[in-house]
Amino acid sequence: MENRNWLLKVEGLTKIYGEPGKNTLHHTGPLYHTNQCPETGAIVACADINFTLYPGEVLGIVGESGSGKSTVVKLLYFDFEATSGNAWLNEYNHGKTNLLNESNQRKRYLRHHKMGMVYQNPRDGLNFEFSSGGNIAEKLLMAGNFHVGNIRKRASGLLTATEVPVARMDDTPLSFSGGMQQRVQISKAIANNPPLLFLDEVTTGLDVSVQAKVLDMIRRLQQELNIAMIVVSHDLSVIRMLTDRTIVMKDGRIVEKGLTDQILQDPQNTYTQLLVSSLL
Amino acid sequence: MTFALKIKNLSKSFVMHILNDKKINALFDLNFEINKCEIVGLTGKSGSGKSTLIKCIYRTYLTTSGQIIYNSEKFGEIDLVTADDNEVLTLRRSEITYCSQFLKVIPRVSAVDVVGESLVVRGSSWEFARERSREYLSQLGLAEELWDAYPSTFSGGEQQRINVARAIIAKPNFLLIDEPTASLDQKTKDVVIDMIVQLKQEGTSVLCISHDQYTIEKMTDRVIELKEGKIVSVPII
Ligand SMILES: Nc1ncnc2c1ncn2[C@@H]1O[C@H](COP(=O)(O)OP(=O)(O)OP(=O)(O)O)[C@@H](O)[C@H]1O
Ligand SMILES: Nc1ncnc2c1ncn2[C@@H]1O[C@H](COP(=O)(O)OP(=O)(O)O)[C@@H](O)[C@H]1O
Ligand SMILES: [Mg+2]
Ligand SMILES: [Mg+2]
Repeated sequence: MENRNWLLKVEGLTKIYGEPGKNTLHHTGPLYHTNQCPETGAIVACADINFTLYPGEVLGIVGESGSGKSTVVKLLYFDFEATSGNAWLNEYNHGKTNLLNESNQRKRYLRHHKMGMVYQNPRDGLNFEFSSGGNIAEKLLMAGNFHVGNIRKRASGLLTATEVPVARMDDTPLSFSGGMQQRVQISKAIANNPPLLFLDEVTTGLDVSVQAKVLDMIRRLQQELNIAMIVVSHDLSVIRMLTDRTIVMKDGRIVEKGLTDQILQDPQNTYTQLLVSSLL
Repeated sequence: MTFALKIKNLSKSFVMHILNDKKINALFDLNFEINKCEIVGLTGKSGSGKSTLIKCIYRTYLTTSGQIIYNSEKFGEIDLVTADDNEVLTLRRSEITYCSQFLKVIPRVSAVDVVGESLVVRGSSWEFARERSREYLSQLGLAEELWDAYPSTFSGGEQQRINVARAIIAKPNFLLIDEPTASLDQKTKDVVIDMIVQLKQEGTSVLCISHDQYTIEKMTDRVIELKEGKIVSVPII
């Protein structure tokens, strides 16, 4: 139904590394058990990715390592340039402009006002030479907030919301635990109240009890802020806990999508069945 | 009488690709209707397909063939087999509630919040939701010291009460409920039955799986019995 108020629409999103030949897309993917073109050696990191995200909805992307999950969100956050495809944001030019073709300046605007990203590795999302408050301030400044008092107030509010001791605001994240670094990254990502947040394996690498607390915090923030999220994880228990809908990827392609409980309890695709049965 | 749900030629089979495409046929060509404000009981032996049917309606399982026409407040008549995921999610949030046989515990969320959350996702404030949640837990006789504890350590009957409260607090249009009274004592059973009958009086239609003769007799308007995935009888009681 076209008239419902979608938030993000993605069509044909594709990223190829190396020199694609005319058969590259035809000879890669789950049927061929590879994302590498047998003729040219090009890597199809993701291809033909289509989905629609609605406001306040949480979409999971699950799949084995190398299946293209991170590529999808990084293309949408403009970390790399897509080979082809379209992405529209309803709040940007009434959803009529393909974000992927915008100028770098417009992309920076979109990143800072409409999106947030939390990376698996805190070093990708934070500048360890700044304090944790300074990292948040940077994001606020990018969106045009220049009032120092307001910035400090907002930063301490965000750190409180993500359960980082405000007393540590002036310390560099370098001196923080992994869980705390992720919380600072999340604070920074949501600083400008974006309608859309990308989370890439944010709890991978944290020990189990810290993982649980960070997931709880994300779940709570999602409910409070009603922010739409794309949660990338290879871990089905993270997907189960956080998401409404799930996309399953293999060898750069979507092999199945559906409501998360359906994907977990009645998976249709062979690969999804294997993935789910290994969880039980 | 207006219908709430119309099932037409519904069949469901599971194909397990990782077991050499082993096929399990669970439901065969089911046809029946549920009217608005009607409570229909679903009975049958273990493995007869009761939970499968309810999960097909809720889209936890994908229906293999047939139609599930739901009379929605928001969308009008809509086929739940072909509705897109977002439409189904919208209906789950605002009209159709599923209460599984066992509570799916959300880790580290208190009993009050597990129940209150159903109202919050429908737009209530946490303050209001917690207040209503406490009322339900109190009516269901859950000891007050448990309200702020995590249900993962609760007994079967205590979890069951949380599960039922969570499902009915939001007064859904349509309620799918699996064995709501199974592990409850007589007194609590009566409270649950009264609550569901009360919902019906306020406009809810219900499809309820139960093995308990007492619950069936006291609560349902009619019973559908499944045997090996087929309807055996639709007696009026
Ligand atoms: N996810 C599934 N994958 C494969 N087979 C399934 C699945 N769910 C149910 N089945 C099969 O479908 C049939 C019906 O099962 P179902 O759970 O609907 O029975 P039930 O009537 O609810 O039984 P009970 O009273 O024991 O709960 C059974 O043969 C069961 O093994
Ligand atoms: N800069 C790059 N150059 C070449 N190949 C890359 C590059 N980045 C990612 N890839 C490849 O693209 C595929 C998808 O990677 P990625 O999206 O990181 O997977 P995931 O996040 O699912 O583990 C992998 O085969 C990966 O090796
Ligand atoms: Mg990755
Ligand atoms: Mg059952």
